[in-house]
Amino acid sequence: MSSLVLDALVALPALGALLAAAVPASGHRLVWFSLGLSTVVLGLSIGAWVAVVDSGPGFHFESDASWIEPIGVRWTLGLDSLSAPLVVVTALLSWCCLVSLVRRAPDCGGSRQLAALVLLIEAGSIGTFVALDLIVFFVFFELVLIPMWFVIADWGDSHDAEGRRRAATRFLVVTVVGSALVLVAFLLLRSETGSFDLTVVADRVRRIDHGRQVAIAALLLVGFGAKVPVWPLHFWLPDAHSKAPTVGSVLLAGVLLKLGTYGLLRFWYDVVPAGALEVAPYLGGLGVVGIVYGALACLAQPDLKRMVAYSSIGHMGFVALAISTMTPQGLLAANFANVAHGAITGLLFFLVGGLKDRLGGTTFDTIGRGLYGRAPRLAALFAVAAMASLGLPGLAGFWGEMLTMLAAFSPNPALPQTTYLVLMALAGLGVVLTTGYFVVAVRRICQGVGPGDSLSDVASDEWLAWAPLVLVTVGLGVAPMAMLWSADGGASLVSAVLSR
Amino acid sequence: MTQAVDWWAIAAPVCLVAAAVLALLLDAFVPKQSGALPCAVTLAGVAAALAVTAALRDSERAAFCLPSRLEEPVDCSWVVDRVALVWWVVALVACGLVALLLVPAVSEGEMPGGETYFLLLCSTAGALAVAAAHDLVTLVVAMETVSLPSFALVGLRRRPRRGAEAALKFFVTSVVATAITLLGISMVYGATGSVAAGAVATSVATSSAVRPLIGVGMVLTLVGLGFKVAAVPFQAWVPDTYVGAPVPVAAYLSVVSKTAGLAGVTIVVVRFFPPYADVWSPMLGVAAAVTMTVGNLAALLQRHAVRVLAWSSVAHVGFLLVPLAAGGGAADVGALQTYAAMYALVNLGAFSVVAAVSARGATLVSDYAGLVRREPLLGLALAFALLCLAGLPPGIVGLVAKVVIFRSAVDGGVTWLAVVMAANVALGLVYYLRFVATLVAPGPEGAISSPGDDHLHGLVPASVGFVISATLIGSVALSVWPAPLFAVLA
Repeated sequence: MSSLVLDALVALPALGALLAAAVPASGHRLVWFSLGLSTVVLGLSIGAWVAVVDSGPGFHFESDASWIEPIGVRWTLGLDSLSAPLVVVTALLSWCCLVSLVRRAPDCGGSRQLAALVLLIEAGSIGTFVALDLIVFFVFFELVLIPMWFVIADWGDSHDAEGRRRAATRFLVVTVVGSALVLVAFLLLRSETGSFDLTVVADRVRRIDHGRQVAIAALLLVGFGAKVPVWPLHFWLPDAHSKAPTVGSVLLAGVLLKLGTYGLLRFWYDVVPAGALEVAPYLGGLGVVGIVYGALACLAQPDLKRMVAYSSIGHMGFVALAISTMTPQGLLAANFANVAHGAITGLLFFLVGGLKDRLGGTTFDTIGRGLYGRAPRLAALFAVAAMASLGLPGLAGFWGEMLTMLAAFSPNPALPQTTYLVLMALAGLGVVLTTGYFVVAVRRICQGVGPGDSLSDVASDEWLAWAPLVLVTVGLGVAPMAMLWSADGGASLVSAVLSR
Repeated sequence: MTQAVDWWAIAAPVCLVAAAVLALLLDAFVPKQSGALPCAVTLAGVAAALAVTAALRDSERAAFCLPSRLEEPVDCSWVVDRVALVWWVVALVACGLVALLLVPAVSEGEMPGGETYFLLLCSTAGALAVAAAHDLVTLVVAMETVSLPSFALVGLRRRPRRGAEAALKFFVTSVVATAITLLGISMVYGATGSVAAGAVATSVATSSAVRPLIGVGMVLTLVGLGFKVAAVPFQAWVPDTYVGAPVPVAAYLSVVSKTAGLAGVTIVVVRFFPPYADVWSPMLGVAAAVTMTVGNLAALLQRHAVRVLAWSSVAHVGFLLVPLAAGGGAADVGALQTYAAMYALVNLGAFSVVAAVSARGATLVSDYAGLVRREPLLGLALAFALLCLAGLPPGIVGLVAKVVIFRSAVDGGVTWLAVVMAANVALGLVYYLRFVATLVAPGPEGAISSPGDDHLHGLVPASVGFVISATLIGSVALSVWPAPLFAVLA
């Protein structure tokens, strides 16, 4: 089945970004235009997901064209049940970001440039998820970086021009070192298998001697680990989040971090499973360290936005642990947690951004107490998002953590079982700590007696931007099968890969 | 003894030299000229040379051959093969673009028209000769033909500020380098009894008694060439020379001189000393790693726009040496040429914008603040060129060229070098992005090119504008469709 659906998913936002940046029209109209375009992309991506679910395992909507023939790089795209949900989440979060830009121009102006950058990030991320050629994957992986750098460096924290530039550069440099290592791994794969095509490489990977495969898996771990980020490569994340504007934080947490976990899932599971099995326990260990570390760091944060940023490290720790089990259940858990984290943390960053718009800052002191009284709907939404994030059953976050623990209980038979039991127990400790800091945060912000000012409650455009994320959070919490069922095809694909 | 000369093989440099003489004569006989006339002569010469190059593309030709004895292969001093032709195209296109960049300086009387273009063409003819050289003496003579006119170009400005000092520094370094190369060649000659590629390669492969002597000779030859390409630790002359020279001349040095030097290094290691790969491969590997690291670290500290580009060009020499360190096979040389072609295109693009803006008195990176907002063509062209140099999308052409270099390193088994490169790509980003960020930032009031000040604003000379547009269009087109750039690899 050859089609242009995926090309359109990549090309529409990319062309839209060019138009929004170049056409001499009023900024406001171009933001509307970007929003319209991203609505089309969102619709298309949902349709593609449904179609992928219907048609079962394997890649669909494949598109194949010549690109850089002399070095064997072809423009091959494809969508399967691993990438489809992530494409939808990307399209959804970009849409939400653009909705939030329509009414609320950033302080320093330039909303249409910001809209163009959001579209560019959307194009690059979707491209990364659907690329089936290693070099095309790499190009899209890198395409996201410069726009994100500008989003943080130019629209970030308006009080600290030096700091936001430094945070943006640190994010960029760490990611680029990581992605260059990924490139080395890709080229090692190519020199052993003679192809850049994902499926061909996966077919021929058994020709590679075991030590090489382990080396490739380790390079991929470090490279994608910098992006996820896996502890101890997380050091760029809190600063990047705390300096980034709201849309930047939402996309960074909801989309960019997923590029790292997606890369690990795709290449460890589909391409070098044998090598990955040797390295996986390290990822599991680092993931659990991340869970506990993130939770402890959260307890110590005086700033709500930094707290949400550190909570991301914890959530990504769960995803890392799930990935490291190297089982179909682990893949399922990782992908579910990916989507859930995208929706929940996206929502949390939107809410924190809303608080920042109203109060001018995000430290607990600036926000003050008694939000239930001052802005009841905003406070309720925050409480829901926090509960989802700490893993309350009935909301999406619960299933991600639950499935991860289950997967860690019975990891791949080739992995040390006892180690994983310990890791699972430690992750459970992390859940408790996470519950602790979110409950403390909700207490400090929502309850108690406020300073007596009255804040404007959730506005209509904010409802529009945030409602989809609330719906996804609640929907996936109540009916996780909606997603598990769709990912089933992917799991069968992976078990086929793992069993060979 | 008469030699049959294949005139086709040497037609391209002959075209350049003929144009050079014509440019000089026109200067003497046509009074009151602007830069347009000698530039037109130069472009005609370059076009003729390109036409010859195109005509030669499917054939391998040789000239100045020794009469062959029965049992030995023919040894020619001049071989035009596919590799040489690619170098020729790069050098010729770059020469044409630099000729256009020089027009304003000549028209304003800052540089003398005839001499400037004469020197430019002679130097480029030397660059073609380097690429075709097939014996060590031809190689050295050709390298000097590249260098000697460049010294004069660096110091040619009528109102010398630092030009003379820059020229002197460049001259002294270069002469020392040549002396070292000659010493090395004399050792090789003493040990093998020949300077011709075939004979040297044969005796290198067979005789083991004089192996240390040949090894030392080869190392010294490469060290001398290392000065020319400005590999660390022989890079000290670069920043001062680039800053002291007129910006178009700095562009010329960073592109044509450098590719000529690399062509020379390639020829020496690939044609003369393949059996010594265990010596030159690690040597070039270490030189590549150190050069890119030092270049990038130094570039991080610079505030002067030309100095940033100067150190970035040093760093790129490091990248360019990687394929040779990886073994210098046919695919590696292809990777080197691909990267060099990309680098030539985007670096000329960057330098052309810097030339246009420097003409208004801007020197520091901070003087470029807000260029994208005030003059989108200039600003975007420079930003795109810098992103290509950094190797990040949207500068996809730079990214895929880096991929090819990485591939060469990985396939050649020098994965450690690939990892060093990875760190350096990230290091380079910091200063390229700082520059790009300055370009898009809102400019300070009263900055060098603020609107309303007619002397400083607008007014990009047509020739410079053409170069800027051409390089921008070229690099954007190659970013969308990079396949043509890689044709040399096929």
